[in-house]
Amino acid sequence: MKGVRLVAITVLALTAVTILGAHYLAPAGYEQQFRDIPQAAPSVHHLLGTDDLGRDRWARLLYGMRVSLTLAPLAALFTTVLAGLVGGIAGYFGGWTERCCKLLIDLFLSVPWLFLLITVRAVLPLNVSPEASVTVTFALLGLLGWAASARVICAGAKDLMRSEFIWMARASGFSGLKLVRLHLLPNLRGALLAQFWISIPVFIIAEANLGALGLGVAEPLPSLGSLLRELQDAIMLRPEPWRLLPLAVLIVVISSFQVLLNKQEVRS
Amino acid sequence: MKRLYLVLAIWAMGFISVFAQSGGELRFCLRSDPKTFNPLLVEDEASETIRYLTGGVLVRVNRITLKAEPDLAASWKVSEGGKRIRFKLREGLKYSDGTPFSAEDVAYTMQQLMDPALHSSTGDSFRSAEGKLATHVVSANEIEIDFPAPVANLVNLFDTVAILSAKSPQKEMAALGPFYVSEHKAGSYLLLKRNPYYWKKDAAGKQLPYLDSIRLDIEQNPEIEAMRYKRGEVHLINTVTPAIFEKLSADSASVRDAGASTDTEQLWFNQVPSAPIPAYKKAWFTSTNFRRAISEAINRNDMARIVYRGHAVPAIGIISPSNKFWFNTDLKPHAYDTSSALRKLQQDGFQLQGDILKDKAGNPVEFSIATNAGNRARESMATMIQQDLKKIGIKVNVVTLDFNSLLERMTQSYNYEACLLGFQNVELDPNSQMAVWLSSADNHQWNPNQKSPATPWEAEIDKLMRAQAASGDEHKRKQYWARVQQIAWEQEPFIYLINKDALVAIAPSVKNAEPSVFRPQAFWNAEMLALAH
Repeated sequence: MKGVRLVAITVLALTAVTILGAHYLAPAGYEQQFRDIPQAAPSVHHLLGTDDLGRDRWARLLYGMRVSLTLAPLAALFTTVLAGLVGGIAGYFGGWTERCCKLLIDLFLSVPWLFLLITVRAVLPLNVSPEASVTVTFALLGLLGWAASARVICAGAKDLMRSEFIWMARASGFSGLKLVRLHLLPNLRGALLAQFWISIPVFIIAEANLGALGLGVAEPLPSLGSLLRELQDAIMLRPEPWRLLPLAVLIVVISSFQVLLNKQEVRS
Repeated sequence: MKRLYLVLAIWAMGFISVFAQSGGELRFCLRSDPKTFNPLLVEDEASETIRYLTGGVLVRVNRITLKAEPDLAASWKVSEGGKRIRFKLREGLKYSDGTPFSAEDVAYTMQQLMDPALHSSTGDSFRSAEGKLATHVVSANEIEIDFPAPVANLVNLFDTVAILSAKSPQKEMAALGPFYVSEHKAGSYLLLKRNPYYWKKDAAGKQLPYLDSIRLDIEQNPEIEAMRYKRGEVHLINTVTPAIFEKLSADSASVRDAGASTDTEQLWFNQVPSAPIPAYKKAWFTSTNFRRAISEAINRNDMARIVYRGHAVPAIGIISPSNKFWFNTDLKPHAYDTSSALRKLQQDGFQLQGDILKDKAGNPVEFSIATNAGNRARESMATMIQQDLKKIGIKVNVVTLDFNSLLERMTQSYNYEACLLGFQNVELDPNSQMAVWLSSADNHQWNPNQKSPATPWEAEIDKLMRAQAASGDEHKRKQYWARVQQIAWEQEPFIYLINKDALVAIAPSVKNAEPSVFRPQAFWNAEMLALAH
């Protein structure tokens, strides 16, 4: 287990280095088109070959990781905080507060977000830089993705509020913020972290899907989502397995985070 | 005895050959369910396929020779300068349900087609002026149709008019074409069966079609369609993407590039005076020099080579060079020349300051190109334009929008700067482009619904378009069209980018296939197709 943890730490360290050092590690800009060699196979000059427009895949992967692995965790953090607040309040207070919160959660789960997102894109100005476009996308995902997680947190908080140690804490005079800070939050930490880690790949994939609707990372900026969209060409994958690397990177990075998380959970 | 064996052998070979020409079920895919089975209301590709395979038409345009050939009509005569057409029909024909066919059916179909309440886009092609159409049934096999004004390309327009039955209880489902719709499971498949009463026979006198049935599976995903083709589950793909074409070709699957099609991909700038965009940008977009400079700065050869993997040609203008009769051969391809582009921009006061191009007021030149989301080729073309224009200091933002939002911006709010889309030119006769080139037309995309032409060159195009529509003389029409093409080439309201090739996949087991660059490319001679057993 220690070895697995070491591997996970190494992977995450390497990811951080590549994200920060993308400018130095990439042989070319992510937008530069080598038009004489589109769809080239991996070579010394282009480690992962080139894409349909002749852009270096390795450079696009590095910058794509920078975009997605920075913004997706931020959006996941935002959504987890929202879920913790709404779910925690519902579970802590119970009664009509819980009913109101659950109504809000149900409302958020039932609204057809896809159409709302299309509408949002339709009203956004067209002359938006790719960086602004991707930030808006992840902000929207963070703002809208909390409802399902809030249900889980609500259920967890409700269970805790009925547990003996909370009763004992209350009998000992703990109440309000002190009870939340010392007993509720530490015991909800596992659920909150799980929701956080689950949200990251979900948001990365959601961003890829939104790209198909025109709401996502605009060209030429890459993201893991836009690189994953290339996997739609399933017919091409057998002769070009290196195109699967963005997916492999996503799986390895998220798994590494979860290995570390599990270890911390065991300790706590 | 030896002679007897020889005779028997020859007879057996002949029998096998005839047998190989008959029977079997051809399978291919449609992208969606047909939206209608009424051939007069066809607008989508799936309904168009059903109309083509089941509908009987008076005249059929041969997709290879481009000549109108007799179908239900044995002969015809156009008179009154293109206002009147008289058809002599074949005798003794029947619909797929056994209902006899007569001139009454043609009259009924034409009256239905031209009824304004039906809103038929097929009917719109015949509407050259206000007024009613008159049909005169001369006899059971002869009919005269009078239009209120001359109709350009009148004979060929009948290629899209499937004749309905006035009497059949099956209404529009009664077919005069080679097949009829036998089964339809929405979202899954359609089964077309051989029309037992189809009139056509082959050279040997055998009744057509050779096939027993055609199964059309609904398959939205072209990747899955390609995999099914490779596995032999479908026999043909009517339009193959360049990427799939290359892959199938590398896997030794049978694919064919029929050559440049009539479809175009183009970029245009919003020139609507009321558009909610800054005035200085409107001044750029309405400048001929600006548009021509953008055109010259785009590397169309790279686009055709990279985005379409060589299966496209740089576009020259409105008409594709494959439309040989109408194409103006005096027009030359637009040169890729960034120095010339910069010179043209300088004539309008633009200056390159460092890496940024600025107009005479000092505004950096930046605009967005909108295109429809999900179309990978268009997204790639827009990204290539982004890179090309960066070389002359122009910043381009590529925006992909869902089609409805894009349409709303193009036709209602006019809230866009530049747009990249394509036209599918089904009709070979350019008269079908009246709705695009008349300045008063809805589809005059860069500045639609003008009360009076905004520019002298648009006024000249209006005049030429009306003249060609009113003329029955093909050579005069060709002259008018040559001038329209010349003006469009000089002014570039549409910056034509490429003409895509018609790429098809046809399994070797499909006999008599003769792919064309014109729709429906792979199965235009469906009645002649056969499967080798």
